[in-house]
Amino acid sequence: METPLIEVRGLRKNFDDVTALSNIDLSIKEGEFFSLLGSSGCGKSTLLRILAGFEQPTEGRVFIQGKDVTELPPYERPLNMMFQSYALFPHLSVFNNVAYGLKRDRIAKAEINERVEEICQLMQISKLMNRKPHQLSGGQRQRVALARALVKRAKILLLDEPLGALDKKLREDMQFELVNLQEMLKMTFVVVTHDQEEAMTMSSRVALLNDGLIEQVDTPRRLYEYPATRYAASFVGLSNLFEARVVSHDDDLVTLWCDALDAELSVRHAQPLVPDMVVTVLVRPEKVSITAPDAQADNSVVGVIENIAYLGDVSIYYCNLPNGQSVKFTQANVQPAAELPLDWGQKVRLGWRAENCNVLVA
Amino acid sequence: MNPFRLGQNSWTALSGLAKSPWMVAIWPWLFIAVFFLTPFLFVIKISLSEAAFAQPPYLDVVRSVSDGLVEIKLNFGSYLLLFDDSLYLSAIWNSVKTALISTALCILIGYPLAYSIASSPAHWRVPLIMFVMLPFWTSFLIRVYAWMGILKTNGLLNNVLMGLGIVDAPLEIMHTQAAVYIGIVYSYLPFFVLPLYATLVRLDHTLLEAAADLGAGPLTQFFTVTLPQSVPGLMAGAMLVFIPVMGEFVIPDLLGGPDTLMIGKVMWTEFFSNKDWPVASALALVLLTLLILPFVLLRYFERRSELEDPNEAV
Repeated sequence: METPLIEVRGLRKNFDDVTALSNIDLSIKEGEFFSLLGSSGCGKSTLLRILAGFEQPTEGRVFIQGKDVTELPPYERPLNMMFQSYALFPHLSVFNNVAYGLKRDRIAKAEINERVEEICQLMQISKLMNRKPHQLSGGQRQRVALARALVKRAKILLLDEPLGALDKKLREDMQFELVNLQEMLKMTFVVVTHDQEEAMTMSSRVALLNDGLIEQVDTPRRLYEYPATRYAASFVGLSNLFEARVVSHDDDLVTLWCDALDAELSVRHAQPLVPDMVVTVLVRPEKVSITAPDAQADNSVVGVIENIAYLGDVSIYYCNLPNGQSVKFTQANVQPAAELPLDWGQKVRLGWRAENCNVLVA
Repeated sequence: MNPFRLGQNSWTALSGLAKSPWMVAIWPWLFIAVFFLTPFLFVIKISLSEAAFAQPPYLDVVRSVSDGLVEIKLNFGSYLLLFDDSLYLSAIWNSVKTALISTALCILIGYPLAYSIASSPAHWRVPLIMFVMLPFWTSFLIRVYAWMGILKTNGLLNNVLMGLGIVDAPLEIMHTQAAVYIGIVYSYLPFFVLPLYATLVRLDHTLLEAAADLGAGPLTQFFTVTLPQSVPGLMAGAMLVFIPVMGEFVIPDLLGGPDTLMIGKVMWTEFFSNKDWPVASALALVLLTLLILPFVLLRYFERRSELEDPNEAV
């Protein structure tokens, strides 16, 4: 097996008596676009800072290309970081900011000029070379910060909330630009983000952190379709989560009784489940559809539409069952604009297929 | 009508007036006009007058000779004397030299002090800064007198050094230039440390992390990030030392010897011993020009480099 580019083993980090991270094991392969996703305070930034060398782990080791770098100071690690605040040197021009890292390596002046120009051209900031950071816009600053972190051609780039300070439109453009950049330069990116859409759009793999622990490490698609835990299911995307009791397990078809829905559910699930076990059933809102009253469905419930969130492309409907339980479902707004497909107070029968929902044990 | 209410109303009117931009701008100008410009004009006037045995000891520049006839007599003699007699020039030169060396010493001692206070844990900083300022709670004069007790031939310092066997004979520090430097650096160090500390403590720590991430070791981080970032505080502190030391009188008088000739002391002699107010005033104006000139030049070059910035036009 090839050595992972970055490997974290048995990592734990305490701040005084607060545990920020525990039981962290990760391996990131070369060429990956890896995201550390989680809400604020989950420890994702601390993990990134440990990789960069700004924090020392309380326990555990960090390896880069098989070499133990745990004790190595930041200035000796073969990686660069882009800071959330960009941390541009206010007293230096754009050129000198970008050239800073190269000057530390005592590279010949001609080569420094050449490499700075090259990266600035790539980042489209060549015209800004003589400006000071305070003369730049937010988007320009971000490009300079990126250029400064890329110019040393380290194999690994760490990015702390790289798009956090940008407005929505610019952020979406930059997401694709970052991915293209990573593919073109054949680098490994490790990105910290709290924005699940950002993580899903850009990453080849995502590590979801919760309260200092890794919930799941997977591709964006698998993270959404097959979340490992209740937390993962609720953090990524919209979800309907119901507690249910296993009635029987037949081949890969599980039959469960759900008190909340007052209905019997059938779910495709390969792992064997013991009868009477209490599990969580996940149904994604877009997998729920309106069915005719007499239609066959693996799972179905009847309720009244209580709330509609119109988002333009899709609408989210909140449907209340007679026992008060709410079920979310979404529909793409593909019908003519003047027609309102569903209205408040409308009674609907909802159904979803057995292979479109998941059983979560954790 | 309720008199209390009236009072309140006039207060509102007053504070409304004070809040208008015109009123806000007038305060600094009014202060400068009353406490600087007016006395300054007096000093100019006296410097251009003639010394005399009188009360006050000079002849006024503007005198009414007879009905409707006013005589204005400008005497530049005092200025000519300043450049004629080498005493004044050497006093000015000595003051500049003393101020420069004292400022340099304050930077050498004060920078590490301010830096270590700024980088100590947050709950330590306020007490540490308090300790730096603590000497201010005693009178300046008493502190300088205390140094006389320490530095004199059979003083504290010599007793300790001889008691420890480090020196055989007492060091002759008192009444030398060295004693003046000790006294000045001791007295003015807090003025240097405070503004520098204020700048250093606000320094963005992530800039150092960014430097480290880009390959800079601790020493390089200091010289490429911390030091350039602290220049404004360093300059402010250096000014607060340099300017008052230029005109310092008490310390060289008490700790210095007969050879410590400084402009402040010369001015004192002219004013009180020689009763030559015009020369003393001329000296004060030369000193002021000497102090203001560097600032004006600095501002001028700053403005020019700003105008020359090619990106301003983009």
